[in-house]
Amino acid sequence: MKTQHPSIVIRNGRVVDPATGHDAVADVYIANGKIAGIGAAPAGFTTHETIDATGLVVAPGLVDLSARLGEPGGEHRQLLQSELTAAVAGGVTTLCTPPDTDPTLDEPGLVEMLRHRADTLGLARVLPLGALTRHLEGRELTEFAELRDAGCVAFSQADAPLIDTRVLYRAMQYAATYDIQLRLRPQDVRLGADGVAHDGQVATRLGLAPIPTIAETVAISTIVILMKDTGARVHLERVSSREGLEMVQAARSYGLKLTCDVSINHVHLADIDIGYFDSNMRLSPPLRSVSDRDAIQHALLDGTIDAICSDHTPVGNDEKLLPFGEAQPGASALELLLPLTLNWADHRHVPLVRALAKITSEPAGLLGIAAGTLAEGAAADICIFDAKAAWRVTPEKLRSQGKHTPFAGMELRGRVRYTLVDGRIAHQEPGAA
Amino acid sequence: MYNPQLNSHGELAHLLTIEGLPARILRQILDRAADYVAAGEQGTKKHGDLAGKSVFNLFFENSTRTRTTFEIAQKRLSADVFSLNISASSTAKGESLLDTIHNLEAMGADMFVVRHSESGAPFLIARHVRPGVAVVNAGDGRHAHPTQALLDMYTIRHYKGDFQNLTVAIVGDILHSRVARSQIHALTTLGCPEVRVIAPKTLLPRDVEQLGVRVFHDLDEGLRGVDVVVALRLQNERMNGALLPSANEFNKYYGLNEARLAHAKPDAIVMHPGPMNRGVEIDSPVADGKQAVILNQVTFGIAVRMAVTSILSGARA
Repeated sequence: MKTQHPSIVIRNGRVVDPATGHDAVADVYIANGKIAGIGAAPAGFTTHETIDATGLVVAPGLVDLSARLGEPGGEHRQLLQSELTAAVAGGVTTLCTPPDTDPTLDEPGLVEMLRHRADTLGLARVLPLGALTRHLEGRELTEFAELRDAGCVAFSQADAPLIDTRVLYRAMQYAATYDIQLRLRPQDVRLGADGVAHDGQVATRLGLAPIPTIAETVAISTIVILMKDTGARVHLERVSSREGLEMVQAARSYGLKLTCDVSINHVHLADIDIGYFDSNMRLSPPLRSVSDRDAIQHALLDGTIDAICSDHTPVGNDEKLLPFGEAQPGASALELLLPLTLNWADHRHVPLVRALAKITSEPAGLLGIAAGTLAEGAAADICIFDAKAAWRVTPEKLRSQGKHTPFAGMELRGRVRYTLVDGRIAHQEPGAA
Repeated sequence: MYNPQLNSHGELAHLLTIEGLPARILRQILDRAADYVAAGEQGTKKHGDLAGKSVFNLFFENSTRTRTTFEIAQKRLSADVFSLNISASSTAKGESLLDTIHNLEAMGADMFVVRHSESGAPFLIARHVRPGVAVVNAGDGRHAHPTQALLDMYTIRHYKGDFQNLTVAIVGDILHSRVARSQIHALTTLGCPEVRVIAPKTLLPRDVEQLGVRVFHDLDEGLRGVDVVVALRLQNERMNGALLPSANEFNKYYGLNEARLAHAKPDAIVMHPGPMNRGVEIDSPVADGKQAVILNQVTFGIAVRMAVTSILSGARA
């Protein structure tokens, strides 16, 4: 990203900036990779390039709290390139990548290498999450401070178990020393041992080993109690149940700064969607009941849930075309995050600016980064999309190497036309000009 | 609702689960089985229904009785029968489940009979086989064992005539039982007004009552006035996951003995899908007593599996 930045003007789009609440048709001026002005051209502005955004929405680039990129580990398949291409095709300009890679992200050198390789591609910005424990084994802490200096924005166990409560306690104490944020998936893995589906009527009918809601709530209660003691900053990843969300609300009412996110899959789907053992619905955490899904949709509105993430996980055919319980959990979602968020907003009559906040300004705020905004002087990370364009999800056409999604065949509205990262066009929809 | 077991004419294309099958199809199978029983009594054991067809029995999980009765049924229908014992570990190392299926299809398979330790595995296979190839679920994980449930229905109908006025109790490890799930669906579909499950809370799946059953935790109370008692096998490994303290305690509170059975109707029949753990879920005096119809279940099982095999091969013509 060292070449000269062109000066670009994005004309006549509906400029929506959740950070400021701005929502009006305007021109956006970009110079030196930054937002130079909205409305009137700044003094001395010379236009190199014009994007006609008539009828389109001009929004901050999406900030995704969790997307797996397959690196380290997938270099031979060029996963980083395909997944970051998928990211910008989906309007995502900044993403956090979890540490459950091969090897795990627990050494500063690995973190620097990943950042360097991502930078070279010039697609979306990659913010690595460091492994909370060495090799994610749940026993020894990693070098939080050094990993932070190498570029880790927070620390996480990803989906790996952390069984020893003392290790969790010490991790929180130590992280609090440096005011480092921990990202925790609330799961008591023993309560959900061998489980593959939500413990409810569907799992009972289908004979699928259950993961009970208490596996989530017991874990949240432990985390909340340890937060009170240590003062650690904790963000809960992928809350999946009504009861879990109620506990987050309760913790906040005690004054704890507990934040949380959900995956876009859980905003739309429930265990009944498993149908006859559809392994595309094999996700972690499991899809819970319709009542839980309704609670998630509601909690997005009342602010209990701070952000929606893609939880993008590319899974190959060999790992997915298996009996439900043997299939690898996860779904490809980077290219679906925006339209599925718009879909939720449509159904719940949520104003566009509020819906976009859940995938731009709010996750950026959680990360404490200057992204997810169109403020003057901010990096020109921009997503330009047609909110009305309808398209059908065709797995083979996804840019991600993961071709498995629960939304295959579904018609969605909202298509990204341009994605700008750092003031450069990183994605342009074929045909958009 | 889409049903992967029925073709566009509403006929049986695969037998994967009892759930969602209309009563007419269950009755069709039972009636066809009765024809084979009657023919057998008149001396006709062998039929030509599947002459020239190749049936592959794929047992990814061990079985003796189910596999043997399927083989007998297929041979009595003149099918070419190939049985493969494929342990789950060997597939985990090498060939995937679907690769195995596609290879056997290339060898000309017309029907697969599948047992697998993972719930839903036969559905995956049915979704990927060529049109015209039938899949029979011979037991998948905790999910379903439809031919077992059908032979149980045959047995009940044989002894009790009809389902309309019956009370049936299923006792034991409901949580892990594919047999219980399929029996419950079969009984409720065929109009049985009261199905009971009797077990400690650790051996019942969540929301089991939504399958249409009454839940009892007390054996004597649950057996009171019932026409049919089904005892389920309790596997020894259930003691490991803190589900039960001991086989002895289970036997004392949930084991079927003569004194317990006295709470049922005097003409109640006792069934068991086998293999039995004598002295655990059932005591020998009951297992060998005059109310037991356990060996008759096995005999009827051949006719029922003949019926399923024959209907599946014909429904596609």
